[in-house]
Amino acid sequence: MRRLALFALLAALLMPGAGYAVTPDEVLKDPALEARARHLSQELRCMVCQNQSIDDSDAPLAKDLRLLVRERLVKGDSDGQVLDFLVARYGEFVLLKPPFQPQTLLLWGLSPLVLLIGIGALFVMARRRKTVALEPAALSSEEKRKIAALAERETADH
Amino acid sequence: MPLIYKFTSVWGNHEGSMLLWVLILALFGASVAAFGRNLPATLKANVLAVQSWIACSFYLFILMTSNPFTRLSPAPFEGRDLNPILQDIGLAVHPPLLYLGYVGFSIAFSFAMAALIEGRIDAAWARWVRPWTLAAWMFLTVGIAMGSYWAYYELGWGGFWFWDPVENASLMPWIAGTALLHSAVVMEKRNALKVWTLLLAILAFSLSLIGTFLVRSGVLTSVHTFASDPTRGVFILGILVFFIGGGLTLFAWRAPLLKQGGLFAPVSREGALVFNNLFLTTACLTVFVGTLYPLALESITGEKISVGAPFFNLTFAPLFIPLLCAMPFGPLLAWKRGDVLGVAQRLMAAFGIGIVAIAVTFAAMGMGSVLAPFGIGLAFYVMAGALTDLVERTGLFRMPLAMVSRRAAGMPRSAWGTAVAHFGMAVTLLGIVCASTWGVERIVALKPSQAVSLAGYDLTFDGMIQRSGSNYRELVATFTVRQDGNVIGQLEPSKRSFAARSSSTTEAALMTRGVSQLYMSLGDVNDDGSIAVRVYFKPLVLLIWLGSLVMMLGGALSLSDRRLRIGAPKPARKPARPAMQPAE
Repeated sequence: MRRLALFALLAALLMPGAGYAVTPDEVLKDPALEARARHLSQELRCMVCQNQSIDDSDAPLAKDLRLLVRERLVKGDSDGQVLDFLVARYGEFVLLKPPFQPQTLLLWGLSPLVLLIGIGALFVMARRRKTVALEPAALSSEEKRKIAALAERETADH
Repeated sequence: MPLIYKFTSVWGNHEGSMLLWVLILALFGASVAAFGRNLPATLKANVLAVQSWIACSFYLFILMTSNPFTRLSPAPFEGRDLNPILQDIGLAVHPPLLYLGYVGFSIAFSFAMAALIEGRIDAAWARWVRPWTLAAWMFLTVGIAMGSYWAYYELGWGGFWFWDPVENASLMPWIAGTALLHSAVVMEKRNALKVWTLLLAILAFSLSLIGTFLVRSGVLTSVHTFASDPTRGVFILGILVFFIGGGLTLFAWRAPLLKQGGLFAPVSREGALVFNNLFLTTACLTVFVGTLYPLALESITGEKISVGAPFFNLTFAPLFIPLLCAMPFGPLLAWKRGDVLGVAQRLMAAFGIGIVAIAVTFAAMGMGSVLAPFGIGLAFYVMAGALTDLVERTGLFRMPLAMVSRRAAGMPRSAWGTAVAHFGMAVTLLGIVCASTWGVERIVALKPSQAVSLAGYDLTFDGMIQRSGSNYRELVATFTVRQDGNVIGQLEPSKRSFAARSSSTTEAALMTRGVSQLYMSLGDVNDDGSIAVRVYFKPLVLLIWLGSLVMMLGGALSLSDRRLRIGAPKPARKPARPAMQPAE
């Protein structure tokens, strides 16, 4: 009995904290608005978590942000306005997809650049290769020795 | 705590996981020594020497910074148990599999170093390296899939990939390893792409090391935690610099000496594999930059930015589309000089199936998102392409059945492996597209006897019960699941409380319907007796992981190819010696 009571106490203590992200009371009545809210939530970082969006996080801060996003949407903000509002308040750290700026130039540009360079290099190589003749690789001294040994053994067998 | 978790706790912490790392490293090194009897003596000696260098540096790391045998005094009355969310069979075997993959690439690295030291590399080298790379790749494939499935059901919000830095750390070596497998084929068959293959072998292992570093040094949590206790981090960084820097330096110095061989036209099997390599490498780079950019930017300018799932979805996926489009072409193109139009004609059926799949999906879902039908079409096209390859090779539908079965039996296992692995990739794609496009979600608060319905299922909340497990107590919500009024089963999501750590976990309940799943996770219990639940219907979600198993099967088929088993082409009539099998 004491154990059960202890368990009940534990459960009571733990339950509210160990919830999951979006709770039923947050969900907006309007499905279209709610869908936009969910989509926006996935683009926003929970700043006290490690790499979680506020849509996934059960931290209190994430909940506050989710409510804030919904509040702005109900007031008639566009998606862009909501994001701008949050960036103004919390900085660019809140965006999971960083905007294209001088300091994110490499982040966005490096892969396409490498891909283009790669394609370019292949073109150049394909053109140059046409002019090079194919010649078999020469045997190393080790290989020559082995062949000689094999040939010798072959003649010794007969 | 159940016995199995007492064992797996060993690698549930830093010191133990490093111990596992070196154990696997030692096993791999020993297998090369034991099974490498057909290697030239100097090559074998060099390979083992490089392996020993790696081993020594990790022994030193363990000895100096992470002693797993430190005595605790006074000994604690009771241990703290393994972190509850790790007490799961999926995560019990995930680290060993992942490490088998990571460390397996060390063999490819050592072979690359040995080749550079000797200044000689040829097709035989590729044949010796391929089984090790394949084995590592297979382990990594299953390891990643298992980690992903664990995250799916244990973390409670039903996602299967979060683009978390820890996940990215394992994805990067996988992509590099995949590229390496493909370029090693070119080298083995055509003696071309030598320099590039060597570079990939170095990169695959470097990324494995970086993965270990990212996860182990704490640098991911924050640059600051890394700076506050830098002993371990700096030591691993030293290991990284030594091996990656050393490897690349040796590469830059010796690679120009290697002779290039095997010319090919841009449109050829080799060309297709180069295309594959270009896109895989770029994809790998994208993940690399996305994962490390925030760290780099913060330590240079102090500015904090976040790079998360939306970034990767936008940049990574577009690279895989051309790759998948080209995938069926590769195996059908001839070596040296291929004929795109001819292959396209042979792929007509595959195109047809893809287009039908797109049309059917459009018709079924109406004009909605364009991406989903296209993804489905792509998946079916790649699957049909893999089957086309098999049909072409075996002569099915063209020749008498006896002939077909003889040709199928005579077909190299690696050709089967290619088709099966490509098929598996498409299966995974199908799962990803379906589960993320047509997944249904409901978030509701329910009182006992109330029901929620989604995707044709009705779930009635029966009540809460308490249960106790071996080292936890749990609060279980029981739900009866009905389809068309008929009871088809029970769902029992729960909350577990672990006394030893005074922490709790949320256990999702899953019901598998074919390859789709009903998924339910429990939220807060409210004062009025209602509970909050999150219910998902995930159509075809299991295909994601089944696809990776199929990919692994493809790898296994390829690994069992006698060319790799024996290490050199030999007459087929002689029975293969079983002792030459590479270690699993």
